[in-house]
Amino acid sequence: MGYFEVQGLCKSFGGLKAVDNLTFSVEEKEIFAIIGPNGAGKSTLFNCINGLYKPERGSIKFRGKELIGMRSDQIANYGIARTFQNIELFSHMTTLDNIMLGRHKAMKSSVFSVMGLSFKKSKAAKEELVHRRKVEEIIDFLELESYRMQYVANLPYGKQKLVELGRALALEPDILLLDEPAAGLTQEEKDEMIFWIRDIRKLLGITVIFIEHNMQMVKKISDRILAINFGKKLTEGLPAEVLDHPEVIRAYLGEVVD
Amino acid sequence: MRDLKTNYFEDLQLFDNRVQVFWATVLLLGLFALPFMVKSYYLTIVNLMAVNVIVALGLNLLVGNTGQISLGHAGFVALGAYTTVFLLKMGVPILIAMAMSGVVAGLFGVLLGIPSLKLEGPYLAIATLAFGLAVTIILGRVDALGGRMGISVPKINLQWTGLKYDTSLYYFIIIITIIAVIITRNILKSRIGRAFQSIRDSDIAASAIGVNLTKYKLYSFAISAAFAGVAGSLWALYLGFINPTLFTFILSITFLAVVVLGGLGFVAGSVMGAVVMTFLNLQLENVVDIPILGSIVMKFSEMFMMPDGVSNVSWVFTGLILILVVIFEPLGLYGIWLRVKIYWKRWPF
Repeated sequence: MGYFEVQGLCKSFGGLKAVDNLTFSVEEKEIFAIIGPNGAGKSTLFNCINGLYKPERGSIKFRGKELIGMRSDQIANYGIARTFQNIELFSHMTTLDNIMLGRHKAMKSSVFSVMGLSFKKSKAAKEELVHRRKVEEIIDFLELESYRMQYVANLPYGKQKLVELGRALALEPDILLLDEPAAGLTQEEKDEMIFWIRDIRKLLGITVIFIEHNMQMVKKISDRILAINFGKKLTEGLPAEVLDHPEVIRAYLGEVVD
Repeated sequence: MRDLKTNYFEDLQLFDNRVQVFWATVLLLGLFALPFMVKSYYLTIVNLMAVNVIVALGLNLLVGNTGQISLGHAGFVALGAYTTVFLLKMGVPILIAMAMSGVVAGLFGVLLGIPSLKLEGPYLAIATLAFGLAVTIILGRVDALGGRMGISVPKINLQWTGLKYDTSLYYFIIIITIIAVIITRNILKSRIGRAFQSIRDSDIAASAIGVNLTKYKLYSFAISAAFAGVAGSLWALYLGFINPTLFTFILSITFLAVVVLGGLGFVAGSVMGAVVMTFLNLQLENVVDIPILGSIVMKFSEMFMMPDGVSNVSWVFTGLILILVVIFEPLGLYGIWLRVKIYWKRWPF
């Protein structure tokens, strides 16, 4: 049995089959890219994996456990974190609070115990400080120190993407789903993102599944690639094979007409 | 310059620096000394402010921090007030009666929170509105609680303080209010408060990072309602007599106005809003005493509104102030306070 397996997954919106009988699997600590033209069903796939959508058929298994039917927060708790294509940050909160929210499930203080938070000896305060330290490690890792106390709505786009990444990392997930991590970034920021994704796998041992349109980046960091179009799998395999596959080229560039 | 922090706990403690400690002490001493300086009429005004502060704290948690809405908070206040009266008549000690008021209102808060799992915005507003109206009507039909005629509230035993009843009741209400402020502030600084705010800012992302939306929305409603319940309990105590017509729809709206006026999502906003709004409600009637303006406003009110012009005048001005605040400072009084603070910090730049 594989580490993370999707089998025969179907999700349609009315007559539109956004994900159509999709099957693939991801190995532990792999960097796995999903590519495909706009509207191919990539984000829908992510939304199915993390429980925002309920697929009609198929199964999504992680470490042998069926994810379909679980709530989003349960899936997050089970070890799958994600970022969003159009940054979904808590914009009226600071960078620190955003990333602290990633620690939400790891913290256990109840409504009653947090009432004593302002007392140094209280359990809630001690717990808060333990997790604050973890969050500071992530802030160090992503070099966000100078943005710590700023409201994220005021941060530049590239930094917002990093905060979202940091928030997902704070969950200490086993699998990280990144929806277009490089979209909208400058060349320099893209290079940094490549560096971070590699480090996330190497230093933190996290499996990364990401959606991306930037083929250079896909080529550079992914171990294997899945190409989809109209919700169906075109091909799956090593970067060199997939990117030169005639079906993939046709999907991106169109048919050659004589 | 003075806010350099050296450890993480400094972000959790109640006061950031000695200046804040100083002013908080001044405020506390002022509140403590008040009964010895003013007539008991002014104590009732401060009591009313304190009760409004507690309701506002709870409502702000729900509206400002969790992003839900309630047009029925007068209903929770009513539940709290009647629970306290009922239990006091049974001979239950006040602290337990007050806690039970919070619990009863909190449970109803959970009930009212259930629609919030499916409904949003205007739809939720209507559901809560219906709740607020229903509570008053039902309470008016219960003869054991005095029906529409109302019921008198037994005096609680505060003789052990050795002070006048009014004075000791005042201290009791103030202490509960201060505790409520600290509790709210701590909840908002904690994982629970962050979860509330995550739901407000993006419920999709909140659930994707492991916040159980159902649980936290219900928590928010429960806490908010419990605060209103406790406030109702205290209100009943100092009014001495309650009837269902006190807890009108207008009262619910006023609570919401308090929160907006003070500043959505800020504890200090709830306090400022409640104090200022209570003051305005009581003092704006004096507008008619202003030389020329007063008589014009009075004429306007008599012409276009109810025959009893005085109370209408105060509402017209309350509305006007609210509109101005919302237009010029969306963060309310707290936002104005922030601006003033920043201005002084940066002066002369």
